[in-house]
Amino acid sequence: MKKWFKSGDPWIWLNAAAVSASLIIVIGLLLLIAVQGLSHFWPKAVMQAQYIQANATGAKPASIRIIGEIHNDEEVSIEQLKDVGINLETDKDTATRLLVKTGNRDISGADFKWMLQPYLTEEEYPEDIIVLERREWGNFYGYLKTVTDNEKVIASGADAWPELGKRLQRTEDLYRQIRDIEKGDIGSINYKMEKLRLAKRRLELDKEDTPENLAKLISRRNILEKEYAVLEKDLSILYSQFNQGSITAETMSGKVIKISLAKIVRAYQPNALNLFEKIVLYIQKVGEFIFDDPREANTEGGIFPAIFGTVMMVLLMSVLVTPFGVIAAVYLREYAKQGAVTRIIRIAVNNLAGVPSIVYGVFGLGFFIYFLGGNIDQLFYAEALPSPTFGTPGILWSSLTLAILTVPVVIVATEEGLSRIPRAIREGSLALGATKAETLWRTVLPMATPAMMTGMILAIARAAGEVAPLMLVGVVKLAPSLPLDINAPFFHLERKFMHLGFHIYDVGFQSPNVEAARPLVYATAFLLIGVIILLNLSAIYIRNRLREQYRAVES
Amino acid sequence: MEKTSDPTSTPARTLTTRMDRSRAIKNRITSISMAVGGISVILSIVLIFFYLAYVVYPLFLSAEMEKTTSYPLPAATQGKTLHLAIEEQNRIAVRFTEQAKAIFFNVTTGDVVENIDITLPKKTNISSFTTSRLAKGFVAFGLSNGQAVFAQHTYKTRYLAEGKKIIPSLFYPLGKNPIEIDRTGKHALTHIGLMHDEEKATLVAYTDDNRLLLNQLVFDDELSDEDNGDTEEISFDSTQIEIPNIQHVSKLLIDTSQSLLYVAHNNGEVSLIDISDLNDIQVLERKHVVADGTEITKFTFLTGEISLLIGDSKGKLSQWFPVQKETGLTLSHIRDFDSKHSAITDIVTEQRRKGFAAIDDKGQLAFYHSTAHRTLLHEVISESRLNFLAVSPRADTFITEDEKQQVQFWHINNEHPEMSWSVLWDQVWYESYPEPSYTWQSSSASNDFEPKFSLMPLAFGTLKAAFYAMLFAMPLAIMGAIYTAYFMAPKMRTYVKPTIEIMEALPTVILGFLAGLWLAPLIESHLPGVFSMLIILPAGVLIFAFGWKNLPKEIRQRIPDGWQAALLIPVLLFTGWLSMALSLPIEQLFFNGDMKMWLGENLGLHYDQRNSLVVGIAMGVAVIPTIFSITEDAIFSVPKNLTFGSLALGATPWQTLIYVVILTASPGIFSAVMIGMGRAVGETMIVLMATGNTPVMDFSIFQGMRTLAANVAVEMPEAEVASTHYRILFLAALVLFIFTFMFNTVAEIVRQRLRKKYSSL
Repeated sequence: MKKWFKSGDPWIWLNAAAVSASLIIVIGLLLLIAVQGLSHFWPKAVMQAQYIQANATGAKPASIRIIGEIHNDEEVSIEQLKDVGINLETDKDTATRLLVKTGNRDISGADFKWMLQPYLTEEEYPEDIIVLERREWGNFYGYLKTVTDNEKVIASGADAWPELGKRLQRTEDLYRQIRDIEKGDIGSINYKMEKLRLAKRRLELDKEDTPENLAKLISRRNILEKEYAVLEKDLSILYSQFNQGSITAETMSGKVIKISLAKIVRAYQPNALNLFEKIVLYIQKVGEFIFDDPREANTEGGIFPAIFGTVMMVLLMSVLVTPFGVIAAVYLREYAKQGAVTRIIRIAVNNLAGVPSIVYGVFGLGFFIYFLGGNIDQLFYAEALPSPTFGTPGILWSSLTLAILTVPVVIVATEEGLSRIPRAIREGSLALGATKAETLWRTVLPMATPAMMTGMILAIARAAGEVAPLMLVGVVKLAPSLPLDINAPFFHLERKFMHLGFHIYDVGFQSPNVEAARPLVYATAFLLIGVIILLNLSAIYIRNRLREQYRAVES
Repeated sequence: MEKTSDPTSTPARTLTTRMDRSRAIKNRITSISMAVGGISVILSIVLIFFYLAYVVYPLFLSAEMEKTTSYPLPAATQGKTLHLAIEEQNRIAVRFTEQAKAIFFNVTTGDVVENIDITLPKKTNISSFTTSRLAKGFVAFGLSNGQAVFAQHTYKTRYLAEGKKIIPSLFYPLGKNPIEIDRTGKHALTHIGLMHDEEKATLVAYTDDNRLLLNQLVFDDELSDEDNGDTEEISFDSTQIEIPNIQHVSKLLIDTSQSLLYVAHNNGEVSLIDISDLNDIQVLERKHVVADGTEITKFTFLTGEISLLIGDSKGKLSQWFPVQKETGLTLSHIRDFDSKHSAITDIVTEQRRKGFAAIDDKGQLAFYHSTAHRTLLHEVISESRLNFLAVSPRADTFITEDEKQQVQFWHINNEHPEMSWSVLWDQVWYESYPEPSYTWQSSSASNDFEPKFSLMPLAFGTLKAAFYAMLFAMPLAIMGAIYTAYFMAPKMRTYVKPTIEIMEALPTVILGFLAGLWLAPLIESHLPGVFSMLIILPAGVLIFAFGWKNLPKEIRQRIPDGWQAALLIPVLLFTGWLSMALSLPIEQLFFNGDMKMWLGENLGLHYDQRNSLVVGIAMGVAVIPTIFSITEDAIFSVPKNLTFGSLALGATPWQTLIYVVILTASPGIFSAVMIGMGRAVGETMIVLMATGNTPVMDFSIFQGMRTLAANVAVEMPEAEVASTHYRILFLAALVLFIFTFMFNTVAEIVRQRLRKKYSSL
């Protein structure tokens, strides 16, 4: 034994354990997020059971019916339960406590309840339990009673469920039409109206508010107002149809409530679904998550605006960062005189990658937004003042800030690529009479493209995950409109945007209903991690291929 | 530009065609644009540093002042001055005189704009005067018949065709009827003090027959501050009492809650009197506040009406406020101001900051800031004694009146008086605090708030978070790197290294989210389990290793050398699960079923759910890949001939590692730790999400912290542009920038040296 310790063998094992622990952490984290994120969309079975309400007062325990999904369980010690006044008659040390999602927030006030397993009896999974995903108040769990149209009962009992499916389809169509009008047409009219208001203000500022000029604006305004009136009429017809249907349903306490069809996003009977139907529902839900707008303060529905905002911002950033990063790298490697100065610059650039991202956020806020943006507003958008146009956080400033943050990454990667190009290739090109510029354009840069790609991808991967600086320079929890839409000039650089990373922070930490939002945050995190890991892997792949290529050239 | 690539200098010059020229031009353009582009990108990076410094710089500027005009005292014949004041827009000033006049004059020229008589009862004159709540412009006059008049000077802005015009007026918030303080009606009020709010007003007065009288008025309706045109009489209940045994009064002040009365005496003493209960008035304390033989010449409140500023006949300035001690409330000496004054004639406080100005009888004027303990300006501005001073509400102008009845109007540029080295890094005794402390509390709802800008708790929190993160990350990352680089089978290494390195790309917001919402509750419910892991995990590994060694050779040889790490994964998973499962039993056995409570009761440790332990682990995970990757590179590239030599001489692999490899690679490991540290210091999202963000200075692992970076992220969006708060947040960012930049540079230089050393070996 002593000899064994002396040989140093145990230390080697301990070192090995450090690697194993690191691996477990990495893989465990990824698995945790994947499992939690992906399982969220799987339709869970809904349980019905009797629950004896434990109460500390010693009054006669009442049994109530519970309908809900089991979300989580944990062991609690009997001691701790005793401290809060619950005496379980069991000889075990611990009891299982279940987190049950009972939904119906509009009635009970909370989505989730902690329940002690020993008090649950008569657990069963009736097939006719329905789950309604609603536009407000979260999920509904219960039994469908009737489907009504304008207070008239259309179907009840067993007929109700198929009827509900048909009617929901129709309401969904109406919902889409309404949304298209509200967001598309009316949004566009409002945008134009605002433009007209600003144009008027502009004329006043320029002292050109002559009656002719103003009349032109007014006539344009009148046209818009007429269009608006037409749309409003259409909308009110649609709304009256939309709000017509409703259902009645029984909650777990036996109360029958009325729910308007307009409030229902989706209805299903989880316990009656077979595997194939479950998979279809799963795919539908994932689709909704990726392509829909958020509901209920971001805790339900999709994250499309956040995905869109992230992609938009990252693309804009890469358009900005790649050329400049490449130029800087080419200058440093090909044109600048190599010496102490370039070495210092190289170290400095390298180190900038290690400067905390929040510092860039502070710089972006001070320099881009307050200084540049403020001045741009003074010069070009004076008509909108005092409400700022560019003097406020927005997507352009976010992209610029992240471009500065990631430019070292591109410079370093490109430089590495340039340094790997064998001297012989450059010299060959020059010897054949090409100018330096031609050598650069025709041989060096094309050969370094994979390196630039690597740099760009790494920059994108870094930018996609950064949140801290964006909190200062442009993200919001809920953006009213996307930075890209059908209103000229289509691309609205001054707008604020939503972002996946910030979405995680905001929903996970600022939302009032964290428990309900948690699965969605996991799903968002999974999406973000997936994208980032994919980007990194492709960067690694490209880099490896690049190395192979040069090995071939060199040999 | 290299000559060789320039076609015009080649022998082919004779064959120069247009084509060649255009190529040459293109070549030239490319070089120039590359140079310009490259240099500008590099410059724009440098710009970050300079811009941050540029925003921070004004914090360290001293105040500057400039004389605008000087003119004789307006309406000098209408009595001596009692009080001077300037209105918000710096256009009009007012002079209250002993002859009951309010003379409003143009502050730049001295022309009288309006001369209003103060309504006094017949056959009385003013015998004493006081101000209260300067920002609102309240003044009170004690009269020779024992009554008092209470007025307010207000200003209205009118936009007329010829521009903005400011119209001054005098308003009587309690009505024009004087308030009776001494009912005998025969004795003049020689000193008067006043404080009021919407509900009640307290007046104290000292009569010429040496009685101290207190009169409290409780209003029937809420009193409005502003002159809204209605002249309705205010009705109130009045309580009058006499406070016995207080004599030789020279100044009277009442605090903002109307529960403390400060009386300055002729002999340099101050009495602190509790008047919160009128039926039980208590003299809490009477003490000397100035040196023997000196007199209190000026006695006034700092904005907020908590601190007393005392100026004396020897030119000393000091700040005092009541502090709750075991013996009760005592008036405590907080700080002296470094003044070169002779006898102080007036002290005027700024209305929106904790700054003040003082003048003396040698014509000197100085501006101070109380919290910052700073003298911002000190100048002789007059050859004679300065009698009165008024500072404008925005504290950007002031006027003085001297013995020769000259008025001077000055502009002052004093943007950031609240900044000083001691504010940022030293303990400061803030108002209403029992003792000096390091405190960060920047937000304020009112002007009376004393902002607390100590960066110490934030710097402490930053280092604390980094310390715990390194405590977690260093052993795992360095040991892991040693194994990966030196012992691991090459095949396994090609998988392990990228897997751990990919974690570097993991967005920290995700780590923060997991730490806050998954890890924190998990640790809270399995606290004993987490700590028992520290023992159970290594023990399990060693037991397994020992068992493995004693296994029959056939089994052992199936797994080649260098795959120990793979073998250990199930071992670690099992022991990890075991410690978690043992958590509850351990808790019941040793900690009475609740470790958190046990910690609180036995060790006095408070447990926050989001604490340093959680942050340490989460941030540790974030820095592991950085440290791992660099350490691994450093160890892996130790020249093989060194290790072979050592092994050939009979050293075991472990000895070779310890005495040769690690020693050679130690600079690389050092730089890895530096870079990891730099990352931990600047990390924002994890700390933001995994701690409670309370700026406490406590080393306990069970408490949270607030770091510089998180603080910037939280407060920056709300900071008003160009305010002191805004600039201090920039300073925090600059500190982070310089700190991490230096760390990284040192690490980089060390690494480059190491690389050179390796290549020479």
